[in-house]
Amino acid sequence: MSSFFERLSEYMSYSFVVNALIVGILISLCASLLGVTLVLKRLSFIGDGLSHVAFGAMAIAAVVGMTNEMLIVLPVTILCAIFLLRSSGNTKIKGDAAVAMFSVGALAFGYLLMNIFSTSSNLSGDVCSTLFGSTSILTLSSTDVIMCLGMSAVVMILFVFFYNRIFNVTFDENFAKAVGSNTGAYNLLIAVVIAVIIVLAMKLVGSLLISALVIFPALSAMKVFKSFKSVTVCSGIIAVSAAVIGMLISIMAGTPVGATIVAVDVAVFAIFSIVGR
Amino acid sequence: MKQIICENVSLGYEGTTVATGINFEVNEGEYLCIVGENGSGKTTLLKAILGLQNPVDGKIEFVNGLTRKDIGYLPQQTIVQRDFPASVREIVQSGCQGRLGFRPFYSKSDKALAAKNIEKMGIADLTSRSYRELSGGQQQRVLLARALCATGKLLILDEPVSGLDPKVTAELYKIIKELNEEGITIVMISHDIEAAVEYASHILHVGHNNFFGTKEEYLLSSEGKSFISGITKGEGENE
Ligand SMILES: Nc1ncnc2c1ncn2[C@@H]1O[C@H](COP(=O)(O)OP(=O)(O)O)[C@@H](O)[C@H]1O
Ligand SMILES: [Mg+2]
Repeated sequence: MSSFFERLSEYMSYSFVVNALIVGILISLCASLLGVTLVLKRLSFIGDGLSHVAFGAMAIAAVVGMTNEMLIVLPVTILCAIFLLRSSGNTKIKGDAAVAMFSVGALAFGYLLMNIFSTSSNLSGDVCSTLFGSTSILTLSSTDVIMCLGMSAVVMILFVFFYNRIFNVTFDENFAKAVGSNTGAYNLLIAVVIAVIIVLAMKLVGSLLISALVIFPALSAMKVFKSFKSVTVCSGIIAVSAAVIGMLISIMAGTPVGATIVAVDVAVFAIFSIVGR
Repeated sequence: MKQIICENVSLGYEGTTVATGINFEVNEGEYLCIVGENGSGKTTLLKAILGLQNPVDGKIEFVNGLTRKDIGYLPQQTIVQRDFPASVREIVQSGCQGRLGFRPFYSKSDKALAAKNIEKMGIADLTSRSYRELSGGQQQRVLLARALCATGKLLILDEPVSGLDPKVTAELYKIIKELNEEGITIVMISHDIEAAVEYASHILHVGHNNFFGTKEEYLLSSEGKSFISGITKGEGENE
């Protein structure tokens, strides 16, 4: 056991490990906070759809050869988020069908682009790491870390400030609107924040696994807790714990970062399901 | 004193009209019941009054100092709410949202108001319980307490008793009547024509022929007679 802690403290002396932990914790926390609202509004599939869109955008950025791919990925994902959230309230286009359309379309298109234009010798490795996350989480530059810190801080401040309004829009949108809330603006805010979180989380767990970070902590918390506040707080705690445990296991055992974090989230869900019965 | 004037209103969704030529007024302290067949546009009318949707034609006016913020609303329940993890306290407090202004959190007086309305609805012992564990009648009391946090002037209720058993229904009608006697104006959609005739002061019938008037006038009108006999006949067939 002591050798475990020795190894742990050795790893912690590397700044790239510490950076990865910080970023992983922040992203997981933000994703889980928004996850409560998304799950309760029955919109969790949007997170999934958006992550595929982000993958497609990433492929375009790679093909165009942009140095900072965020310049394409972020705006495209935000636009899609707004569109999908709008159409989920629309009776003409079925919201879930629209998401499915975008989602598989972007995935196929992204892979096609990468296949046709890629100059890399290791194409399947590239695709795999975009889909399932890569070790790039361990090679974060200090600008990456600072950007992530800044965005997470904004997300959390917005969440706390609008907490009561988010509750109202989530529980009963018609009532919120009737008492004078600009529910359209809150839905827009939620869409933009989700898009930002998904783009940030792509580095950590890859685009196929992002929605796990969004939905698992919230679903686990709901199994046991009964008020909105306790569900939100618990969801945040689960997300942070799963991120820390998952990343430590991954570093020690050499398993893939994203998949390990998600596996921990799944395990927590199983435990909470049993406890909550 | 007049509070709402509705003039020649037509309602619809993207090209299809669901109701036309609706005229009525609501005065302070009145109890208006909106009746009509399923799908005749009652909920749509309430949404238009609440500003959730624009009427296709005509106008809905608030007068004598009434504003949208003075209206408390009890919506038809949605599926999302049935298993929502929220405590009774959280839901009732959310009725104070109109008072928040630029503040992020509820003040002491908001919380006191919520507690008072919880007390008033007789659900004080449920304050910390989860909404999803309550019975249908208890859930409606919670939503009524929330609506009261939003207003002391006018309540709009959309089928508040649907799905409740007769005893709970009677209790809820009694509570609503008591609120009305305290001076709160009530606008309520009801399936239950007998209750409408018993409690309401005025009736608005939405359908092929709209009718608006006092309940005594309604009972004598052709719309009233045919609707009431139609319903009692329908019930007889079910038995
Ligand atoms: N969001 C909507 N989009 C299109 N049509 C709708 C929508 N909501 C209701 N309708 C239609 O409008 C009509 C009136 O609905 P509603 O006002 O809910 O009736 P009621 O409350 O009287 O039962 C119905 O025919 C219904 O199908
Ligand atoms: Mg209705």
